[in-house]
Amino acid sequence: MNGLAEKVKYWNPYLGGALLGLLLFLSFFVTSHGLGASGGVHRIAVAIEDLVIPEHVDKTPYIARMAGGDRDPLAHWLVWEVAGIMLGGFVSGLLRGRVKVQTYRGPQITPRTRWAFAFIGGALMGYGARLARGCTSGQALSGGAVMSVGSWAFMFAVFAGGYGLAWFVRRLWQPEA
Amino acid sequence: MAPFDLVALFGTTGSYLVYIAIGFAFGFILESSGFGDSRLLAAQFYFRELRVLKVMFSAIVVAMILIFWSTALGLLDYDEIWVKPTYLWPGIAGGLIMGVGFILGGYCPGTSLVSVATLKLDGAFFLLGIIVGVILFGETAGLINTFWNSGYLGIFTLPELLHLETGVVVLLVTCLALAMFAGFEWLRRKIYGKAQ
Repeated sequence: MNGLAEKVKYWNPYLGGALLGLLLFLSFFVTSHGLGASGGVHRIAVAIEDLVIPEHVDKTPYIARMAGGDRDPLAHWLVWEVAGIMLGGFVSGLLRGRVKVQTYRGPQITPRTRWAFAFIGGALMGYGARLARGCTSGQALSGGAVMSVGSWAFMFAVFAGGYGLAWFVRRLWQPEA
Repeated sequence: MAPFDLVALFGTTGSYLVYIAIGFAFGFILESSGFGDSRLLAAQFYFRELRVLKVMFSAIVVAMILIFWSTALGLLDYDEIWVKPTYLWPGIAGGLIMGVGFILGGYCPGTSLVSVATLKLDGAFFLLGIIVGVILFGETAGLINTFWNSGYLGIFTLPELLHLETGVVVLLVTCLALAMFAGFEWLRRKIYGKAQ
């Protein structure tokens, strides 16, 4: 299990980080915004809701400001950034032969268990990201770079939550001791 | 002076193309750095792989230094860039919930998109979870409105909190990042040995 990253030829993390920092700077410099992801996914989710139950969307204040009446939840830069992220990830994976159907999981659990925990984790992540007004991209990276106090507090809370629970759920990820 | 009004420059459609290009580079860098693989991301919390820490904090430091210098040289108007206002308590609570979601689910929102783009099924279930989670928040936001708006400090930055010059804080954050790289790497070797 050691050297997981080396086997699949990923970039050196400091190089990846430096390039990501340059991109984050360029994003602020050109557009005034940092990077974002969860906000775009949120708008896509609201667009789906708006297709199925438009009257309900109009009456729920938090989502009506995105999709109430004639408002189009998809007419927002974050939605396009999300499309770009998927395209960029796909091309990078394609160039390195990593686009294939598979389930990444710890060595001790079955794919089904992994899917169940992925879904639960995703739901918590989605709820938490809205509560915190941003995710790892929008709050931690972007807010961190412009030295927002709230973003730094948020970032340490994410690490605290992860590290706090990691030992108790080690069976999900770690090899058998 | 930067930043620019993209809609005025390129029209609405043109501005979307800029955001697609930025997103493309973002997704490409995430995938190339190994962030489409939940095992590598989760390994951060067992000190086995430190990619999350290294990529995130190098990115923050590089962007912070570039923003600082371009502002100091008069190329960028800092007052015009978007700094998220601080809502301390919901930020910390949301962060803790996300940390729990991260270790259970293995991704964060951005990395799960890259995982789905490379056809990983765990990433797809995670993304489905996010969609359910954000809808659940939208439906229940009214119930926690007071808490959601608590700890409001407006646009509040570290130099203001610490009563220090911005340049000094830039230096301190850079040192903090370097100290964390060294400290975590030391811990990793302590736990897993020199291999790798």
